[in-house]
Amino acid sequence: MTQSSPHAHRAGVSFEDRMATVDFRVAERAHIVVDTSVCLSCELRSCVHACPAALFVPTDDGGILFNYEQCFECGTCYQVCDAPGALSWTYPEGGHGVAFRQG
Amino acid sequence: MPPETNPVPAFDVVVVGAGPAGSAAALEAARAGLSVALLERGPYPGAKNVYGGVVYGRILDELVPGWWEHMPVQRWVTRRSTMLLTDSQALTVDFRTEDWGRPPYNGATAFRAELDGWLASLAEAAGAVLVPSTTVTGLLRDAAGRVTGVRTDRPGGDLTARIVIACDGVNSFLAKEAGLFAQVPGKQAEHTSLGVKETLALPRKVIEERFGLTGRHGQDIEVLGCTGDIPGGGFLYTNLESVSVGVVLSVVGLAASGERPEAVLAGLKEHPAIAPLLRGAELKEYSAHLIPEGGYDSMPELVTDGMLVAGDAAAMCLAAGIWLEGVNYALGAGMYAGRSAAVAIAAGDTSRAGLTGYRRMLEESFVLADHRRLRRVPGLVFSERVQQSYPGLLCDVAQGFFTVDNPRPKPGLRRLLSGAARRRGVRLRHLLSDAFTGTRSFG
Ligand SMILES: Cc1cc2nc3c(=O)[nH]c(=O)nc-3n(C[C@H](O)[C@H](O)[C@H](O)COP(=O)(O)OP(=O)(O)OC[C@H]3O[C@@H](n4cnc5c(N)ncnc54)[C@H](O)[C@@H]3O)c2cc1C
Ligand code: SF4
Ligand code: SF4
Repeated sequence: MTQSSPHAHRAGVSFEDRMATVDFRVAERAHIVVDTSVCLSCELRSCVHACPAALFVPTDDGGILFNYEQCFECGTCYQVCDAPGALSWTYPEGGHGVAFRQG
Repeated sequence: MPPETNPVPAFDVVVVGAGPAGSAAALEAARAGLSVALLERGPYPGAKNVYGGVVYGRILDELVPGWWEHMPVQRWVTRRSTMLLTDSQALTVDFRTEDWGRPPYNGATAFRAELDGWLASLAEAAGAVLVPSTTVTGLLRDAAGRVTGVRTDRPGGDLTARIVIACDGVNSFLAKEAGLFAQVPGKQAEHTSLGVKETLALPRKVIEERFGLTGRHGQDIEVLGCTGDIPGGGFLYTNLESVSVGVVLSVVGLAASGERPEAVLAGLKEHPAIAPLLRGAELKEYSAHLIPEGGYDSMPELVTDGMLVAGDAAAMCLAAGIWLEGVNYALGAGMYAGRSAAVAIAAGDTSRAGLTGYRRMLEESFVLADHRRLRRVPGLVFSERVQQSYPGLLCDVAQGFFTVDNPRPKPGLRRLLSGAARRRGVRLRHLLSDAFTGTRSFG
């Protein structure tokens, strides 16, 4: 299977448009923090394709760029990441983060 | 048991999480006359929650008599289908009955924000205090290690309780913190699937025409064979003016695949048997959530001193590809958790021993009885053969059976089956043993 870039145009809806259908009440504090120095030596990088919100983007220097703002708080990234210390994962502070209307 | 040495707790019961399990627990505990706080990290119940879309009614009969008069329902499910797909084929078993379209109703589609809000409002009406926008960050314990309450992210947000009922869903940090998963074999990812879903708007009339429905009747379709190399399944459920379509993907399989979840979903939507049902639909919301799929063998301890765990937090979801049932188990477990808390508090013993009635109530009810009976099903449904071979095998048999190519003589069913088995690489021996496991589980 081809590895697609996270922001490619797919199935008629761009990924930005797809994410624009979801409400987020962004908190000031990042609830997930990525230690990109650990990511430098990660070979699998499962987070990049497994995150349903496509929030993990590989950088040219071999690190990972992560943005918490459009996170579904699903937990997939911490479950697929095998590298200890790479991710510190919590829920956003009460009332913040994703707010599904249909669910 | 030693008398409680701690100061008087703020609440009899603190319930964490206003999903179906939490609201049912709070409802039962409040009905028993206890003081109850129901904490939810979302700004409203349901804000953080995603499911396929169907609620089955029988447990509601006990929890909320006459529920169908009040529940915010989209459609009554009167048609259930299971679809086996290959890239170019589809074999559907389609069942419909008018019986499910009238009281007591078998199942209904509903949105989580509406369903969860309604359930929480029942708990409130019974006297529970709903506290939204509050994230529980950890457990409070006394010197003996007994759970005595929770820490929240509110300023000064410690809340003490005689009993904490953890209904905090699939990632349950509280059950982990309490050490309840210590004996569960394997990593959590091995027992977990990722569900990704799209809610797609279609006019009511179009839905009724395409799915062959009238009035508030609805159809559920469960799909097998639509997830490529990743173990999983799919679903397509009808709402009043939208449909919910999604795939459920084993987290380990997804990680190994290099595929993106919404790309797998796009593949299902483009299948020739699905695409015509969705034509012209407009994306209203994209969503994703984890599902505990491991069943009975992946369940944690359910009780510790001062604490009970219910619903997805205790992996009580029956979800293996074609199954997606968790709300009714969560409601049942929450109800028994609330009752057990009341019994323990009345008896003055909120230790682990005082709370063991919870496990017994679950064992005697459908919650653990179903899970015990179906404990082999998650493995079976996720097996290579059920995932990769059987949809094709059965589609090929159906294609052979329905193909008219006379004047050549019609092949017998036995020859069709052995030919298809050879082509799809299935051994008759395996087919028989899987059929045996299946009938032993369901029979
Ligand atoms: C894609 C998908 C499809 C599904 N389809 C179906 C279906 O069609 N029918 C069905 O019956 N089941 C289905 N399920 C399963 C069903 O959604 C779950 O089994 C059910 O929601 C479990 O209920 P619960 O109350 O245990 O947990 P949840 O509904 O997950 O509720 C947990 C609650 O706890 C809150 N919470 C978590 N942590 C904290 C904290 N630290 N502090 C405060 N609050 C917290 C959350 O915000 C949430 O409201 C599906 C699941 C998915 C993901
Ligand atoms: S977050 Fe984990 S899986 Fe992702 S690149 Fe970093 S170490 Fe690898
Ligand atoms: S929790 Fe889910 S949505 Fe958020 S970053 Fe991790 S995988 Fe992506």
